[in-house]
Amino acid sequence: MQLTGAEIVIRCLQEEKVEYIFGYPGGSVLFIYDELFKQDQIKHILVRHEQAAVHAADAYSRSSNKIGVCMVTSGPGVTNAVTGIATAYMDSIPLVILTGQVPTAYIGQDAFQEADTVGITRPCVKHNFLVKDVKDLALTLKKAFYIARTGRPGPVLVDIPKDVTIQKAEFHYPKTISLRSYNPVIKGHAGQIKKAVQLLLDAKRPMVYTGGGVILSDASDKLIKLVRMLGFPITQTLMGLGGYPGTDRQHLGMLGMHGTFEANMAMQNCDVLLAIGARFDDRVIGNPAHFGQVPRKIIHVDIDPSSISKRVKVDVPIVGNVPDVLDEMIRQLEASQSRPDEKALAAWWAQIEEWRARDCLKYKMGKDVIMPQFVVEKLYEVTGGDAFVTSDVGQHQMFAAQYYKFDKPRRWINSGGLGTMGFGLPAAMGVLFANPGATVACITGEASIQMNIQELSTCKQFRLPIKIINLNNGYLGMVRQWQQMFHGNRYSESYVDALPDFVKLAEAYGHVGMRITKPEDVEPALREAFGKHKNDLVFLDFVIDPKANVFPMVAAGKGLSEMILAEEL
Amino acid sequence: MRHIISILIENEAGALSRVAGLFSARGYNIESLTVAPTEDPSLSRMTIVSIGSDDIIEQITKQLNKLIDVVKVVDLSEAAHVERELMLVKVRATGKEREEMKRMADIFRGHIIDVTESSYVIELTGDTRKLDAFLDAIDRSLILETVRTGVCGIGRGDRILKV
Repeated sequence: MQLTGAEIVIRCLQEEKVEYIFGYPGGSVLFIYDELFKQDQIKHILVRHEQAAVHAADAYSRSSNKIGVCMVTSGPGVTNAVTGIATAYMDSIPLVILTGQVPTAYIGQDAFQEADTVGITRPCVKHNFLVKDVKDLALTLKKAFYIARTGRPGPVLVDIPKDVTIQKAEFHYPKTISLRSYNPVIKGHAGQIKKAVQLLLDAKRPMVYTGGGVILSDASDKLIKLVRMLGFPITQTLMGLGGYPGTDRQHLGMLGMHGTFEANMAMQNCDVLLAIGARFDDRVIGNPAHFGQVPRKIIHVDIDPSSISKRVKVDVPIVGNVPDVLDEMIRQLEASQSRPDEKALAAWWAQIEEWRARDCLKYKMGKDVIMPQFVVEKLYEVTGGDAFVTSDVGQHQMFAAQYYKFDKPRRWINSGGLGTMGFGLPAAMGVLFANPGATVACITGEASIQMNIQELSTCKQFRLPIKIINLNNGYLGMVRQWQQMFHGNRYSESYVDALPDFVKLAEAYGHVGMRITKPEDVEPALREAFGKHKNDLVFLDFVIDPKANVFPMVAAGKGLSEMILAEEL
Repeated sequence: MRHIISILIENEAGALSRVAGLFSARGYNIESLTVAPTEDPSLSRMTIVSIGSDDIIEQITKQLNKLIDVVKVVDLSEAAHVERELMLVKVRATGKEREEMKRMADIFRGHIIDVTESSYVIELTGDTRKLDAFLDAIDRSLILETVRTGVCGIGRGDRILKV
């Protein structure tokens, strides 16, 4: 049967079992929106800015492992979406982004709302396509979904000129697809895994370090099994939190620039390091030369060969899908006669407990002023540690990562790689569409929240009962912290003046607003928000200590063990 | 060190910019880049000459392999290979220099492919050093214009880059 391009788009999305499209209509996608109108299988979520559409689709994927889909129009629709696309790309989130384009005959003529979408987005997508012939449309969309979800996942963009959505072609959606130029490795090399297992068994001071790859590949169960079997300490990156239970004794907390003392010390001083789905980035290991001063053997499991030996030389590289590799490791360990060195391990744990006893996340409770750490701790208590937590970027993000102990994967949703302010609120929307009825908190700050605050309107339209935890210190907190520590207290442009009355603002959008200024009111306010106002969006504006800083801290360019601790100041 | 990287890539619009964009985005160096379709018109073969440490070259080949359109990547300079570059040089050829220029072209096994009363166009192939040597051998002031294709290369014997 002959279908128009617009009909083909919708049929393809239906074949892919897409539930939601996050988007914003415009001239070049009108025919697709028209087809969307005529069916009811796929629901469209109208956002208020294209960046939010991508963040929402992104968090929909992060919190469910389904592919997020968004649709925007040509020109400004695309350029607005770019920040969202780059955010997803840096964190390897599978998305399919459909963009309208001016008619093929107009391309290159500076037409109204024309932008070189494929050119603009090339460096921040896993792949992108411009469909110039309606006959290629279905196959291209099939490729897009396939590429987005396989291998190291990522966003894939399909640019569709308006005339292509009108022209007709025979519709055929292929069941499977293979590309000669794209064959991700799944199984790890058995010989390499054998070498790795031997290293782990011989280790005296072993350490497991995991990242977002564990979450993305749903390898949590296997990771827990392996780590418990070995009895080794484990630390997780910002992107990996929840992959291994945050409350477990073997977990040393997050590592890196704002990691715990015990995690960073163990990372620096281990003799065998098992890195899984993590990429040794600058915020994680600090200065690579300093990290290299302690000799250690590194095993690195990752599906992307280019992540291996990029910043740190690796001794045993294992390219493969994390759960498949972990399966094989567990199998070989079970088959092996030898066990980890109990005595060495006991001594190592004794050392780690000594580090842990420093209690590096301790903070001074104010009598009159609310500490941000306290708000996150109370949020953890009130939500039973089981909420989905999205965040923006800055101090509040670090406090959330440090004090909310995530026990499950896909509960902690944040922009780790790109560090995009304005991510939190649209992300919370996406989480709720993927997990209807879930408890969702967006931990944010008064600066970040204003970068996509217009989405309060979307939240009203779709009745999304998000709880916004605004840690309001009147500063760009992380910028101010760096200025205090490294720029002689010169707070250049980091003070946010003329803040809105967030309570009135929330109310203006039809939501509930609360302003909390005293420590004793923190818990009651949270209980009210998650209790009485369970079904409302509540904007909780916590007025917090403006000078609270995030510790421990590894200054940029310093080594992991050169932390600045709160107690030292 | 100088490396010659050969790439088989889907012959699609924008494929070249994906490769070029990768090099500029990640700060890798390109000495030369040549590209043309192969005997199978659905594939292009690209040759890139880059200078970098072994670590950098390893990252370059990994990153190239990561591009969806890239089918195969080989570092030709890892083993025996031949490389050639084509150069066209337009030189002033008048008076006694006309004969001298003809002789130099012959010595370097070049061909004169265009002749006017006052100029020659000399075609020369060889590796990069040979072409450099020719330019050094003739009187610089006589060179009117040069154009070079950049290096293309192929493995010796059984080393074959094919799908």
